[in-house]
Amino acid sequence: MEIEILARIQFAFTIAFHYIYPPMSIGLGLILVIMEGLYLKTGNKLYEQMTRFWIKIFALIFGIGVATGIIMEFEFGTNWATYSKYVGDIFGSALAAEGIFAFALESGFLGVLLFGWNRVSSRVHFFSTIMVFFGSMFSAVWIVVANSWQQTPAGYHIVGEGLSARAEVTDFWAMVFNPSSVDRLLHVWIGSFLAGAFLVLSVNAYYILKKRHLNIAKPAFKIALLVATISSLAQLFMGHRSADGVSKNQPAKLAALEGHYDSTAVADMYLFGWVNNETQTTTGLKIPGGLSFLIHGDFEKEVIGLNAFNPEDRPTQVNAIFQFYHLMVAIGLALIALTLYASWQWRKGKLFDKRWLMSIFVWSVLLPQIANQVGWFAAEMGRQPWVVYGHLRTSDALSKAVSANQILFSLVLFVLVYSTLLVLFLYLLNKKIQHGPDDDPAPEPIGDGNKRINPFLKQS
Amino acid sequence: METLFGLEYNVWWFLVFGGVMTGYAILDGFDLGAGALHLFLKKENSRRIALNAIGPVWDGNEVWLVIAGGVLFAGFPVAYAAIFSAFYIPFIIFMIGLIWRGVAIEFRSKEPGTTWRMIWDFIYSFASIVISLSLGLMLGNVALGLPLSEQHDFIGDWLSFFNPFSIMVAITTLALFMLHGAIYLAMKTENRLYTKMTLLAKSFTVFFVVALGLTTLYTLLYIPHLSDRIRSSSQYFVLPVIMFLAIANIPRQLNKGKYFNAFISSAVTIASLLAMVAIEVFPYLVYATNDAKNSITIENAASSLKTMKTLLLIAAIGAPLVAMYTSFVFWTFKGKVELDESSY
Ligand code: HDD
Ligand code: HEM
Ligand code: HEM
Repeated sequence: MEIEILARIQFAFTIAFHYIYPPMSIGLGLILVIMEGLYLKTGNKLYEQMTRFWIKIFALIFGIGVATGIIMEFEFGTNWATYSKYVGDIFGSALAAEGIFAFALESGFLGVLLFGWNRVSSRVHFFSTIMVFFGSMFSAVWIVVANSWQQTPAGYHIVGEGLSARAEVTDFWAMVFNPSSVDRLLHVWIGSFLAGAFLVLSVNAYYILKKRHLNIAKPAFKIALLVATISSLAQLFMGHRSADGVSKNQPAKLAALEGHYDSTAVADMYLFGWVNNETQTTTGLKIPGGLSFLIHGDFEKEVIGLNAFNPEDRPTQVNAIFQFYHLMVAIGLALIALTLYASWQWRKGKLFDKRWLMSIFVWSVLLPQIANQVGWFAAEMGRQPWVVYGHLRTSDALSKAVSANQILFSLVLFVLVYSTLLVLFLYLLNKKIQHGPDDDPAPEPIGDGNKRINPFLKQS
Repeated sequence: METLFGLEYNVWWFLVFGGVMTGYAILDGFDLGAGALHLFLKKENSRRIALNAIGPVWDGNEVWLVIAGGVLFAGFPVAYAAIFSAFYIPFIIFMIGLIWRGVAIEFRSKEPGTTWRMIWDFIYSFASIVISLSLGLMLGNVALGLPLSEQHDFIGDWLSFFNPFSIMVAITTLALFMLHGAIYLAMKTENRLYTKMTLLAKSFTVFFVVALGLTTLYTLLYIPHLSDRIRSSSQYFVLPVIMFLAIANIPRQLNKGKYFNAFISSAVTIASLLAMVAIEVFPYLVYATNDAKNSITIENAASSLKTMKTLLLIAAIGAPLVAMYTSFVFWTFKGKVELDESSY
């Protein structure tokens, strides 16, 4: 038991830390593509400075994303050996495809993105930026497919029994397009766009408040606001699709997300609340029959509750799952309100006059980060006690060769290393932000040492 | 089992895994070697040039390790599970080394302070050495075999990893990477730094040859079965001969200033060494020292035929793509290092 708890804490800690960075890489990737695209289209130097500034921040984030991601690739083998044997046939293909198609693409072109500005033509550079962005999008594909297969297995059969049982692929595409993968992938992608867009919004709102780099900060803010507005609206839609899928494929999880126990009852929807797992009651502000309506389109219809499952087949941390889920949804709604209001002010031409709005945007960077984290926590804890839903229990998935002390040792090591990394990251990020983009107030005269005034002209 | 061009699918997959590991050793080998050599460079400018020599490529090189992990997981899940849970502690140390190496490259030049840079230079170099040594240590232990249960779980004590043979393999690996890294840096530098690298490359050739000689001697004396196949077959005996010629070629090419040829020679040395290990262990992935029945082989560790086929297709589509953009990046940054404002 102790080993199980330690191994889970370790996995949760390392993946949660990793997941601070990938969403920002993916989201910033999109914004870099837009910025550099605008530069190529207009030839305006401001866009160049903007792009180059964000490439530097991107490099910092990407670096830590890579460093922490390598651990994840091998942690299945170190801590979850039994699980690895069980799912290797399926999961391994996704991980191999990820390495070959996604990581090789992004890290290959990353070199050109970061160091190639004076070495390749601007079109080739732009191409590399796009490739890095695609690579990071692909890497989300394979890992989310693998995780979704754990949530809603498909396209496989079980061979062997007892200790040597394992899942084998029977239909590759059914495995890839299992019932939840598409919805969840889109949800994860959009969550990443939000993470990247709000980082850009936050930094530029800070410049606007401080009246620095205004000629770059304002257009950059608008680009990011556009991405953020579209994404937050889309996220509500995709979140709803996901919830709908969960209600069909993982009813126990849905019941936990909403704190719904009684199987034969109409289900309410809570805006916020508190779940007591002992007394099996949920109290809070609710819309009576709301969940029934969302799932069946009918306020009167019943929804399967937790009590329909044996106690050993359903998640126990119901309140935590409930809170994580509701926090995510609340943040989703808050982001919609914030971005719609800001867009309206933009249309009225008053966007940058409201200092309080800019102050909110400075801090808003935390919201998508929190939503991304709690979203995963809700999804993964709601899957418990299964590692592979309905097939393999978490408690059976461990490595037999690893002792509690070894896991504890590595966990302590990871906590130390990662906290140091986080401090260093924030320190350097802050320095980069304080330094700001290199917008020399008096640009050199055209055609004089400035290689790329017009990106479409041939360069030396 | 079904075959493809006369070889069974799991044999193909064994070759793919071996190929990816070799690719990793050759590519990240020079980054790690350059890192291990870093403190031999004293001037700030030399250190920056050395860092920027690997700057645009090290991350792509490291991905080969990630691919190798995926390939092992997908093709031989049982081996993936057994090896990483067995080598828990050395592997975690290896990983933490990888984290610090990457972060040190990234962070070092973000601050002008000399203390800041000194600390990161040290971390960078130390991490590269730790990575190379732990990699060699694990390779040595895989070659020796491990005690395994019937379910192929490791049942030994991790302190036993520090046996003489594996320690010697670890040191040999470090020496080889440092040799390889010195040649790579010679290829990317000019003037005094270049001369210095050439000298270092020569010294590390000697270091490597001595380490390799001792390890070979030890193997022949104490674990002769690890050289059975190669000694008994003239076909396989070609490999040590190729390796010998490749090593001998390194100082020759360096003297002529043909650093690219020297680089190819050290790459060939790495490849032939790994090929020899592969030939000796085949068809075992991990030999069970307590009871041969419990060994992990390419038969009992393999995924289903269907997965093997899918995987080979993925590899066949992916490999040319990877080769394409890897060569694109290397080509973009070909020639001697020039520092500009986007450099580290
Ligand atoms: C939504 C997307 C997403 C998710 C859920 C995960 N990752 Fe990740 N990962 C990325 C998106 C990503 C990325 C954006 O592609 C990164 C971040 C920065 C980077 O270099 O690539 C990355 C880096 C990264 C790397 C380093 C690649 C390199 O060297 O370039 C590895 C090995 C992993 N990840 C493995 C994992 C594993 C095993 C995960 C789950 C258990 C995982 N990631 C969750
Ligand atoms: C990247 C974001 C992710 C986060 C934040 C996350 C979060 C978590 C958390 C919190 C746990 C512990 C659950 C508990 O103890 O109740 C967990 C467990 C686990 N997750 Fe995830 N997860 C993520 C992605 C993934 C992905 C992409 C996969 C697989 C492809 C995955 C596979 C697992 C496995 C194997 C476990 C261990 C067994 C278990 O406790 O269920 N996770 N994850
Ligand atoms: C707007 C309302 C939202 C709803 C209704 C919603 C709904 C859901 C549901 C039902 C899940 C569980 C899916 C599963 O287990 O299969 C989920 C997971 C998740 N959510 Fe949300 N979500 C919302 C907003 C957000 C926002 C704003 C973010 C981030 C910026 C976010 C990030 C995530 C992440 C990272 C996961 C875990 C991955 C996954 O399972 O898809 N969500 N969400």
